[in-house]
Amino acid sequence: MSRLPITKTPKVYVGGAFIRSESARTFPLKDAAGNFFANIPQCTRKDLRNAVEAAAKAGPGWAKRTAYNRGQILYRLGEMIEARAGELADAIRLGGASEAAAAKEVAATVDRLVYYAGWCDKYEQVLGNVNPVASAHFNFTVTEPMGVVGVIAPDEAPLLALVSLIAPAITSGNTVVALASSTQPYPAILLGEMLATSDLPGGVVNVLTGFRKEIVPTFATHTHLRAVSGVANAEERKALKLGAAESVKRTHLLKAEDKTDWLAASAQSLYAIRDTLEFKTTWHPIGA
Amino acid sequence: MSGKSSQAAFARLFDEVGTVDSVGVEERVAKYTTRSIKKAAKVQGLKLAASMIDLTTLEGKDTPGKVASLCQKALHPHDGLDVPQVAAVCVYPSMVRHARKALGHDTGVRIASVATAFPSGQAPLKTRLAEVKAAVADGADEIDMVINRGAFLAGEFAEVQDEIAAVVTACGDATLKVILEVSELETYDNIRAASFLAMRVIRENDFIKTSTGKTSLNATLGNNQVMIEAIRDYYLDTGIAIAMKPAGGIRTAKQALQFLIAVKETLGDAWLTNARYRFGASSLLNDVLRQLEKEKTGAYQAPYYFTEATESY
Repeated sequence: MSRLPITKTPKVYVGGAFIRSESARTFPLKDAAGNFFANIPQCTRKDLRNAVEAAAKAGPGWAKRTAYNRGQILYRLGEMIEARAGELADAIRLGGASEAAAAKEVAATVDRLVYYAGWCDKYEQVLGNVNPVASAHFNFTVTEPMGVVGVIAPDEAPLLALVSLIAPAITSGNTVVALASSTQPYPAILLGEMLATSDLPGGVVNVLTGFRKEIVPTFATHTHLRAVSGVANAEERKALKLGAAESVKRTHLLKAEDKTDWLAASAQSLYAIRDTLEFKTTWHPIGA
Repeated sequence: MSGKSSQAAFARLFDEVGTVDSVGVEERVAKYTTRSIKKAAKVQGLKLAASMIDLTTLEGKDTPGKVASLCQKALHPHDGLDVPQVAAVCVYPSMVRHARKALGHDTGVRIASVATAFPSGQAPLKTRLAEVKAAVADGADEIDMVINRGAFLAGEFAEVQDEIAAVVTACGDATLKVILEVSELETYDNIRAASFLAMRVIRENDFIKTSTGKTSLNATLGNNQVMIEAIRDYYLDTGIAIAMKPAGGIRTAKQALQFLIAVKETLGDAWLTNARYRFGASSLLNDVLRQLEKEKTGAYQAPYYFTEATESY
């Protein structure tokens, strides 16, 4: 007896729940051979707004977790991905990647999470300071997470690049609203399912799918986003920087025209963690 | 009073004022959330909502300073947005004179005070009436009272009405708002019945109000609908217009617009004024300001761009 196929409805992971776009729109995703694969949520600026609300709500709780606990949770996310590596590799192969390249990307993604998991309780020792001052003060600089960070992922390395942009931001206690690749969104949909089972509190990472043209301008203007990091073309960079100037947010934008090698060791760095930190310097009087 | 006679009392009252089709009400109010209100209509609706807010702080930790800053916010919600002043500030009786000092006498913002042993109402009637008189003497323009839910649920309707009538007298010229505390009335039928009991003893333009904001379930579109339909039916019967105040749980501009839609479609434009409809809310004003700023600039706003919201409703 033949069985009807049970196909999965792709949904995006926002605020700890799997949702469709508020607009109810979807766009068809085709595999590299041009065959229909699935309908992907076509998120809107309102979905971005809702995701930012969710991220803002999750922020204080996440930042209050101990650094050690954040490290454990990031490592756990790596474990979740490792366990479903085959499925993720298949998702990456939809875009035409070879079997070996897809497996390599998934392995590098897990390694990247482990890398940042390790940094969780160590970056403060490296980036924080006791500053020498010429008075009777104990002067020290400590770091604080910025708040809600926007992430705009490129189309190449749809899983690895996305995770490479999200991980350094959440390492320090920021929360993230990410826009996945428009052409290869399926790995990001699967990543949402792993985020949901990784002990990461709902709302800490929110992943949207959709068209850059519709959503990137709102990343630029939304005043609640404290920073935007990602990959953008010249036109998007201009819009993002203008919007960021208006709303006083930080931007870390890689040029889409420079092909970034996401597999390289240079794609992970302590400085990527620093990019979404605020530094606070305190003068504490030393008793005479 | 035995259970049986209270049942009989409820049966008589329901027979008199009618019961509520609860499935119909839920269905009706679900439709209100599907209206699309954008751009100019949205701005107009948000400004109307702002003008209807009873900006509230009802906490044990209230201080004269906190009330003074609440009053400042009531007078000047935000710069550069052309937002009207809110309708009133709502405070505990001990804070009324501090609110009067902060607002002055020549002001469009009224002072409402919860009295009658808010939120439980569990004090002797004499004490409750004295509290009302003291609040009015201190300068309250409006009194928010709670009904005796215990007496209502026991079917002792005359006692409920007598107490409300006594408070009406104690109010003098002050407007009265009668809090039914819908979460403790349990059914839509009871909410409708309690609305009628209250409306029959209060004056034109006095209010009936959903909740104290101190229980788990507060104003919902469903409760609001039952009460405004009671107001409509009472008005069609008697020609007396009673005002309405949902309170508690209305935190977003979107919710406020949905309540206004309910009012417009049930009671009509005559109730779309702060003399006849109010929102008891503390954080709603900030969200309204946030949405107005978004309409003006096109950019979604961070909540911390606005002065701190009070957090009691």
